[in-house]
Amino acid sequence: MIEQGLPGAAVEVRDTTGGGDHFEALVVSDRFEGLSLIERHQAVYGALGDAMRARVHALTLKTLTPAQLQNRR
Amino acid sequence: MADVIERIQSAIKDNKIVVFMKGTRNFPQCGFSAATVQMFEALEAPFETVDVLADQELREAIKRYSNWPTIPQVYINGKFVGGCDIVRELYESGELQEMVKSAAGQSAEQ
Repeated sequence: MIEQGLPGAAVEVRDTTGGGDHFEALVVSDRFEGLSLIERHQAVYGALGDAMRARVHALTLKTLTPAQLQNRR
Repeated sequence: MADVIERIQSAIKDNKIVVFMKGTRNFPQCGFSAATVQMFEALEAPFETVDVLADQELREAIKRYSNWPTIPQVYINGKFVGGCDIVRELYESGELQEMVKSAAGQSAEQ
């Protein structure tokens, strides 16, 4: 779902409780370049749309650019 | 409706650091709210909290006001900073400490 809203993004999602409403996601996209953390998270929330309000209780987000991902490894 | 927006705006204006959270500082009702509060306490920063669970209207209004779907939400110096994840990243990078310091500095000047 995140991938549809953010074409080209690499997404890794984990259901932290197994209940389908608590998630952890790492989103890597070159679109994050030059965006603040708020703007990055808002882009992901935007991609999730109504599901974010209706189904997801908690989403722990990590947003990186490809370059930042390189630096972490 | 206008009334709840006014309450949000005055909370943001009257306090250098405000955490809109689930529960209270001493009795947070959600792990993310608790973690956020703990970081400000670790920095020994003076901050105010607003319990959104005590006010359903405010709980919905703050999400629209910040264009942010989740609680907690943090405002420093009248500016929206983000939720728990962003505050944690800022905390770990040391930026939060700087923001807290500059917020405190501004209140001393007034």
